[in-house]
Amino acid sequence: MISIEILIAQNSGLDRRDLERWILNDWVRPGRQSGVFVFQEIDVARVKLIRELRQDMDIDEEALPVILSLVDQLYEMRRRYHALGDAIAETAPDDLQRKLAAHLVMRARGGLH
Amino acid sequence: MANLDDPYQTLGVARSATPDDIRRAYRKLAKQHHPDLNPGNLKSEEAFKKVSAANELLSDPDKRARFDRGEIDAGGQEQAQGPSYRNYADNAAGRRYSRGGPEATEWSAEDLEGMFGSMFGTGRPRGDGRIRGQDEHYSLTTDFLDAINGAVRRLTLPDGRTLDVKIPVGTTERQVLRLRGQGGAGQGGGPSGDALITVQVNPHTHFERSGNDIRLILPITISEAVLGGPVQVPTPQGPVKMQIPPHSDSGTELRLRGRGVAAHGGHAAGNLYAKLSVVIGTPDAALEEFLTQWKPQVPANPRKSMEERQ
Repeated sequence: MISIEILIAQNSGLDRRDLERWILNDWVRPGRQSGVFVFQEIDVARVKLIRELRQDMDIDEEALPVILSLVDQLYEMRRRYHALGDAIAETAPDDLQRKLAAHLVMRARGGLH
Repeated sequence: MANLDDPYQTLGVARSATPDDIRRAYRKLAKQHHPDLNPGNLKSEEAFKKVSAANELLSDPDKRARFDRGEIDAGGQEQAQGPSYRNYADNAAGRRYSRGGPEATEWSAEDLEGMFGSMFGTGRPRGDGRIRGQDEHYSLTTDFLDAINGAVRRLTLPDGRTLDVKIPVGTTERQVLRLRGQGGAGQGGGPSGDALITVQVNPHTHFERSGNDIRLILPITISEAVLGGPVQVPTPQGPVKMQIPPHSDSGTELRLRGRGVAAHGGHAAGNLYAKLSVVIGTPDAALEEFLTQWKPQVPANPRKSMEERQ
């Protein structure tokens, strides 16, 4: 966990006003401790991603929330997908797991509708 | 280790490309291959690494000129990447950015009904009086290396029971481990709840983790820096030998591929990045004598960039 000062010091060229606006827009969601922002690793990584979207990919702040919303939905789906896989692995008998896998392969090949 | 592909071909630009052409080509490829926008796609990840390295080389006029003159090759441009969003967003830490906020449960009854049909409506008593036990939450503090390499730790619960908790390889700070059926007892013949254990990882004195990579400051002697030579580098899996190239300096970062967090759960093994730090120690008479006599051919001023800024 790091403070906003350290985050800015570690990211040369990061403008504090930009970062504060991203937080205000809820694009970055640091925690708070005693009234000041604290950034977890995921927040630091998210700031890095936003900067890459802005700078390397030239995406302006009008389009950014659309992309972030899709990214968030993508990862939410991936977490669910992993959780579903874990749940099947932990609860379903082996032969059911094999049947499920075979069924999915068949479907993907267009064998089942 | 070295990526010897032609950076011009990687970016799809001519050798005569202007800086603008290069920026545009990089921008296009970054949009296509950025690994945080293509999670789980190793091809994109590899492509993005190549593209970044090529851009790193060609967007720096000095490096590009040296490459064009054949003074350097395309290897060694791969930059230490910072933390990757996908590594966090893919596990429980990512819930912070769920659309419903971190407290939102990710599975609603509607979701489950949509998937399995209404027969699986969960969480509600089934009418036969069987109620699943509550999930119980605990926290467990672990050493840095146990979290990296995996370990089994015994946890004593408030009610005196003990649980052997398997900490998987590559466990991250705040990761939640679920032990099925180790929570509160069910009622009326219902199943027990789960124990949910939040892991806290103690920092390490030398290693620092960033995603699946490990960083470390590696002290070297002045002669190892100037002349190069073999040194032992601690890694989470034990010490390994590494060759320091001649003419290294404080701040030079060397990579030990695959010596970071071991491969786990679909993640490839991370790398270890050793940042060199020259340590002089107590100089002996011979060194003092040498330095008194020494007249460098090209006097160096390491503070030049600071003076220019003032």
